[in-house]
Amino acid sequence: MNDDLYKPFLMRIESARDEAPDVRTFRLKFADEGARAEFFGRYRVGQFGLYGVPGEGESTFCVASPPTRADYIECTFRKVGRVTQALQDLEVGQALTFRGPYGNHFPIDSWKGRDLLFIAGGIALPPMRSVIWNILDRRAEFGKVAVVYGARSVADLVYKQELAEWAARPDMTLVTTVDPGGQTPDWKGKVGFVPAVLKELSPAAKNCVAVLCGPPIMIKLTLPVLAGRGFAPQDIYTTLENRMKCGVGKCGRCNVGSVYVCKDGPVFTLDELSRLPAGDM
Amino acid sequence: MKTIAIDRLPDLAQALSKAGYRVVAPVDEGGVVRLREWTKGLALALDAVPVNSVKDVLFPRSEVVARFALEESGGFTPAPLERSAPKTVVLCARPCDAAALSALDAVFNWDYRDGSYNARRAATTVVSLACFKADEHCFCTSVNGAPDGTAGADALLRPADGGKKLVFEALSDKGRQLEAMVSDGQAVPDAPAALKRRFDSAAVGRWLASNFESPFWKEAALACLGCGACAYACPVCHCFDLQDESDKKECRRLRNWDSCGFGLFTLHASGHNPRPDQSARWRQRVTHKFSIYPQKFKTFACTGCGRCARLCQAGMAIAETCERIEALGR
Repeated sequence: MNDDLYKPFLMRIESARDEAPDVRTFRLKFADEGARAEFFGRYRVGQFGLYGVPGEGESTFCVASPPTRADYIECTFRKVGRVTQALQDLEVGQALTFRGPYGNHFPIDSWKGRDLLFIAGGIALPPMRSVIWNILDRRAEFGKVAVVYGARSVADLVYKQELAEWAARPDMTLVTTVDPGGQTPDWKGKVGFVPAVLKELSPAAKNCVAVLCGPPIMIKLTLPVLAGRGFAPQDIYTTLENRMKCGVGKCGRCNVGSVYVCKDGPVFTLDELSRLPAGDM
Repeated sequence: MKTIAIDRLPDLAQALSKAGYRVVAPVDEGGVVRLREWTKGLALALDAVPVNSVKDVLFPRSEVVARFALEESGGFTPAPLERSAPKTVVLCARPCDAAALSALDAVFNWDYRDGSYNARRAATTVVSLACFKADEHCFCTSVNGAPDGTAGADALLRPADGGKKLVFEALSDKGRQLEAMVSDGQAVPDAPAALKRRFDSAAVGRWLASNFESPFWKEAALACLGCGACAYACPVCHCFDLQDESDKKECRRLRNWDSCGFGLFTLHASGHNPRPDQSARWRQRVTHKFSIYPQKFKTFACTGCGRCARLCQAGMAIAETCERIEALGR
């Protein structure tokens, strides 16, 4: 492995699209075949990277596309600070820096034959979208697939085209919901908070893995619903985010207790999380 | 036996310099003893623990880790990066500084290997000077160290004949390469500084592992100003920030020292901060050094050098915190 840890890949923006207010998706191509092959030789679903604009810095977020689509990577991110602002100012054809893939991954090979339930809130769909497409691209290896996705309002739902595609697929179930007051006159999905919608669905825990990602309040209120349905803590997965700079277990800021989110995570089971100090998150 | 008169140390520094080494040694800079590049004519200051540590030699305070040429159109091209790793001898390092090296080696090499750190580490020979005195802030004996400890050192200079001479003991191949520059002689080694153990670090680690939510932290951190001086002076603290610095033509991506004592250290873009107050940050500092690090790397991230306490303007002392923790655990 290269010991020049901060040398980035050069990526070119092949296409871009707006997902929701301040939320944008880039499709990025590697500058050469060697870099592409190096990345996809290592990339497993759930890993993250650092996206940068020279002069502004780097910002950490997930790779939102699966390893089964190995021509490009996609990322979806909200404009919240200096670097994400600079990234969103870039135009198609321009370049950015990328380091990764870093961290652990979702152990999807160990999920073969099992049912999968994905529960996401708001901007937390992107880290799960890579897993969902990875599963759908290898559809025959898994049992039933269900996705429950909620956002504050219809405008805040990301990947609207893909949501329509998933809704139309006979081999999966998609339930979308918006918070009360967030619906539009022609909204066909549910109105209500994710935990309540999930409770109504009463998913079966038997042979099922749940993958959960969203704002802390959604996680907090969804976990009791899953527990009530009999989901075991080792069958509930999530992915954490913390402020990061290096991505490689050195800069010292992403730890939660003794765990480094950048190396021991970002993917954890609820069982693993329950052993970490909640006061450090 | 290899010996050198203590007042001939500049001659040894000069010989090393002639042999092509950059010599880094403690030098008195207007009342402040600092480890810095030695040049001919400078005396070595051996009475005080330098304000900075050997860490500075291996892990510079600020380092360019990537470089980009900026184009007027808004584009950029990666520019080559020169790696600087001059052949260096640290002469009269403190045993507590040398002991810190295994902790630094561990973090810079777990899984991902940091090439620039490793290049400097490989090019550096550490010659420790056994301490002939300790001050009220020293506590190496509480963290598995000793005033004449050899951990991490390539050679040890041991005071002898009542402080008039130093005995040179090579401890590694790098150290043996310097042997020829020291004459044969005879001397009777002096007893190293006596330093009573102040706390049981293993017991501190045990308490920390299960008292994350203790009310102790609120009170223990009250005095902390969050200035970060402790982390900058620490021979083991290695947390860093990455920042871009650019003019119209070039961007330099810099790795700069940082501190878990700063409020911005863990602040999320969303505004959420997992460590929102100084008590959470002080808890992180102590827990990282005495519980997290030993769990991960089998070594404490503290060598008892006492620099943090010597510098702290608010009178915070990690050894005192550890003494109180040990008492809480009893």
